[in-house]
Amino acid sequence: MSGYTPHTDADIAAMLATIGVPSIDALFAQIPAALRANAGIDLPAGLTEPELIAHVQALAARNSDGAGPAVFLGGGAYPHWIPTAVDQILLRSEFLTAYTPYQPEVSQGTLQATFEFQTFAALLLGFEVANASMYDGASATAEAVLMARRILPGRRTVWVSRALHPHYRAVIATYVRGLGDVTIREIPFATDGRTDLAGLRKTLDADTLAVVLGQPNVFGVLEDVTGAAELATAVGALTVTATAEPLAFALVRPPGACGADVAVAEAQSFGLPVSYGGPGVGLFATHERHVRSMPGRIVGETVDARGRRGFVLTLATREQHIRRERATSNICTNQGLCALAVAIHLSLLGRHGLRAVAALNYRAAHAVADRLASGGVVRRFAGPFFNEFVVRAPRGRWEALVQDGVIAGFPLARWYPELEDALLLCVTEAHAARDVDRLVRGLTAPTVRAART
Amino acid sequence: MLLDEPLVFERGAAGRIGWPVAHISESDTDAVIADLPPALRRDDGLAGFPEISELEAVRHFVRLSQWNYSAATTLYPLGSCTMKYNPVVNEAVARLPGFAALHPLVPDQLAQGALELIAALEHALAAVSGLDAVSLQPAAGAQGELLGMLLIRAYHTDRGDPRRRVLIPSSAHGTNPASAALCGYDVTEVPVDARGLLPARAVAAVMDESVAALMVTNPNTLGLFEEEIEAVAAAVHARGGLVYMDGANVNALMGVAKPADMGIDVMQFNLHKTFSTPHGGGGPGAGPVAVRASIADYLPVPRLVRTAAGLGWTDDAPKAVGRMRSFYGNFGVLLRAYAYVARLGGPGLAEVTRLAVLNANYVRARLCGTYHLPYATPSMHECVFSDRDLQDFGVSTLDVAKRLLDYGFYAPTIYFPLVVKGALMIEPTETETRETLDRFVEALTAIADEARTDPSLVRNAPQRTVLARLDETRAARRPILRWHRR
Amino acid sequence: MEFPDDLRYTQEHEWLRLEGNEALVGITDFAQDALGDVVFVELPSIGATFASGQAFGVVESNKTVSDLFAPVAGRVTAVNHVLRDEPELVNNDPYGTGWMIRLVVTDREQVNRLLDAEAYRTFVAQQRT
Repeated sequence: MSGYTPHTDADIAAMLATIGVPSIDALFAQIPAALRANAGIDLPAGLTEPELIAHVQALAARNSDGAGPAVFLGGGAYPHWIPTAVDQILLRSEFLTAYTPYQPEVSQGTLQATFEFQTFAALLLGFEVANASMYDGASATAEAVLMARRILPGRRTVWVSRALHPHYRAVIATYVRGLGDVTIREIPFATDGRTDLAGLRKTLDADTLAVVLGQPNVFGVLEDVTGAAELATAVGALTVTATAEPLAFALVRPPGACGADVAVAEAQSFGLPVSYGGPGVGLFATHERHVRSMPGRIVGETVDARGRRGFVLTLATREQHIRRERATSNICTNQGLCALAVAIHLSLLGRHGLRAVAALNYRAAHAVADRLASGGVVRRFAGPFFNEFVVRAPRGRWEALVQDGVIAGFPLARWYPELEDALLLCVTEAHAARDVDRLVRGLTAPTVRAART
Repeated sequence: MLLDEPLVFERGAAGRIGWPVAHISESDTDAVIADLPPALRRDDGLAGFPEISELEAVRHFVRLSQWNYSAATTLYPLGSCTMKYNPVVNEAVARLPGFAALHPLVPDQLAQGALELIAALEHALAAVSGLDAVSLQPAAGAQGELLGMLLIRAYHTDRGDPRRRVLIPSSAHGTNPASAALCGYDVTEVPVDARGLLPARAVAAVMDESVAALMVTNPNTLGLFEEEIEAVAAAVHARGGLVYMDGANVNALMGVAKPADMGIDVMQFNLHKTFSTPHGGGGPGAGPVAVRASIADYLPVPRLVRTAAGLGWTDDAPKAVGRMRSFYGNFGVLLRAYAYVARLGGPGLAEVTRLAVLNANYVRARLCGTYHLPYATPSMHECVFSDRDLQDFGVSTLDVAKRLLDYGFYAPTIYFPLVVKGALMIEPTETETRETLDRFVEALTAIADEARTDPSLVRNAPQRTVLARLDETRAARRPILRWHRR
Repeated sequence: MEFPDDLRYTQEHEWLRLEGNEALVGITDFAQDALGDVVFVELPSIGATFASGQAFGVVESNKTVSDLFAPVAGRVTAVNHVLRDEPELVNNDPYGTGWMIRLVVTDREQVNRLLDAEAYRTFVAQQRT
């Protein structure tokens, strides 16, 4: 017995009498007998709560929790400080256990917080409007491409930077498959780690639907979004930026101020733990003129019957439950609670705190890059970066350091065979000085043996 | 709590710091920005971002929370959404540092606990469905539907027989047509019969070699079990089609009927419905997809595989449809669902379905006669009434829903399914007590009475909520979608 | 419910008012009433051409979306841009300020085949039963 169901024998007897059937089994009389006969669920009996906790603690203990090894991984998920208040508020049952605010009179908490989330997303990305969230940064990027197609239905070629996170590129490819006639073409990256705009200039034409690039890109390098947007605009195409680490925009010019048409981002950095890659939350922002082509739920301001300000889900006619097969997207449930985490996190950090944390990231990452360079471990790409960068490491060193409890970034050859011996390193405000020292010492030691001492 | 609460952007004072970050001043930050190339510098200093104290932030969001009804505060009988109790222990499990702080790119050998848990949840969903393989990657039910349709498309294309149509019954889940259309399919609607069920005959009549799949919801959105489901599936299979089942209503099937036995080839689960993960005001959810072995080759990457070295991820799957999102899925949601399955076990899950169906039928029996019941076919986990008998008093389903809020209950799903005019779709779930259901029934009975004696009271509801009825037309005609600095 | 005698109608509930070789097109009083509060009207570009019965735009109310169909073939010479900011005109004045597009009619014979007010009135009465 789980304790999650409250029925006593007397309850069941009384309820069956009201219904007018002799047994619970009788409520299933319409199910074909052959189906019922084989329906047993072959799983063990349930655990008590203490048993469950012991069981999952044992599983958790088999994972790296960040407290043991020194982990310098980013690549789409970023460890950051989270104010204690964020999670405290997320545990408020009124937020946690409500659903999509179909009845606005008793959902103003969710609705107002979502309106605030939309405002944060629009301010941060430099656009007029934003939606109530997408599943994650990768699927938001794919949805942005589908939206570009709705705006420019006659065009068929999407140019995607090879320096965009490979998961994001893969999800775009999956999502456009249903369109049938859209072709994905890849823009190579230049020697400085930025998307090769000189090459792009020659290839864009009147069939170009959109240009998609990361900012920062998967190498942590900051792109020339303004330059890319100029090229796209010149052929009437749209520019989409996709960001896995939007904390950069506390310092870096946002896509909306660089001529982009749509900006999406993965906002896990704002108040959510890395949690083995999910849940995160996708930001989606664009110009007001495109709002009716935008996917996802949107909250708008209105008044109640007595003239008081309130908030409702609006522009719902874009959505799947009304427009059915012609909807802008099939998205329904999105990432509500994660969007709330973002709103709380950004409210707490505020103007000052967000800038300060971003500055700490920039300093910490650049300090490590400088120390590594002094030790002979140089950056692979010269382009400007925020809190993530690529180095050339001595062969075999990464594997040796894992044995020693230092995960010295992500070996990029897994995603880019042409980048052998390249490590993608992420350094944030959350990394302890002692661990940073281990990383630097480990990578710069002349031999593996020296790295271990 | 009827206190006014301004937007967070309307609070605070310039220079106030809510969460101090040591050793970094405003000028330090500006110096860092100056280190960037000029064209890359943000020059607005994040103008518009709040400058409030920690207490102001906490108080702001705590006050907002008090304006929500939620499943933890009241009965939330939203049909097809399965607003059951979300066990609090699930939250503790998801917050264990070994899970919450686990980076998705750590080497597989440092994530064996997480991978074992993922494998166990895949196994559990296979056990419930009777299907052969599971992907936990989709972030929500609708993304699971999209994946399911992509799998079906890949299956037919791989056989050199790309098909263009998808059949969807008029009683299907609302997201289905959009999911099929996203995969490039034309949608053909198949009407339900007078009992609210999908007749195999009707499916056979429209079934031909151009049809890739039937997307069926079972129980359907009328809360009725598709009694001819085996014959329906056979009719689709006979012409080479596949059967997709929307699993939104699996809370009515556990231990009662396995989708695989019904002839289902592909389905999605909604972990935030059946498996108790919190709805979060609209996510995060999770929409795992289960398939027959014949379709498993097309499941997305990465795939979890067991080797001598333990569990690990591989992208080596040449027929895979690709990837639906970054990393592996909404892991935090998977953890909660796993905790739920582990607590209940196989017999406990079957008991959930029995009591969910008991509760729905109890509500149906008590309201029958007070509200019009458009389909007398036996109900499963939810029941659908309509406002037909209230129309003479000028009272609609919307009014009943709003008046329920005054009685302290959330509203049922309204105006859905579309096959019932003025539908009220009630799903109480198994976690509600008989006493709560009695109070809910009494509230709906009182409202029906008010509709006859004092209809304006119902039409002007709600009155006891933080705000009165909101002007949705105004919001849509003149959209204000964010705060602007004045 | 009004169905002015000087207009022609379609079974999709559009009306047409012939003015020389051009025609104004909108949706009927019955249609606006059935839709409820109109919140957005999506209209074509000037110069676009449509076949008879082809969708030329979309009208959205709070809860539904409906296609707008060209009653006759023609080329668009004007669209009612006021509806972008005041979609409520479709509800308040469907035959006047709530008009949607102006077309150059390519085949006058198509106009003659549309319903007259009496026939449309009868059609609507049947719809209701």
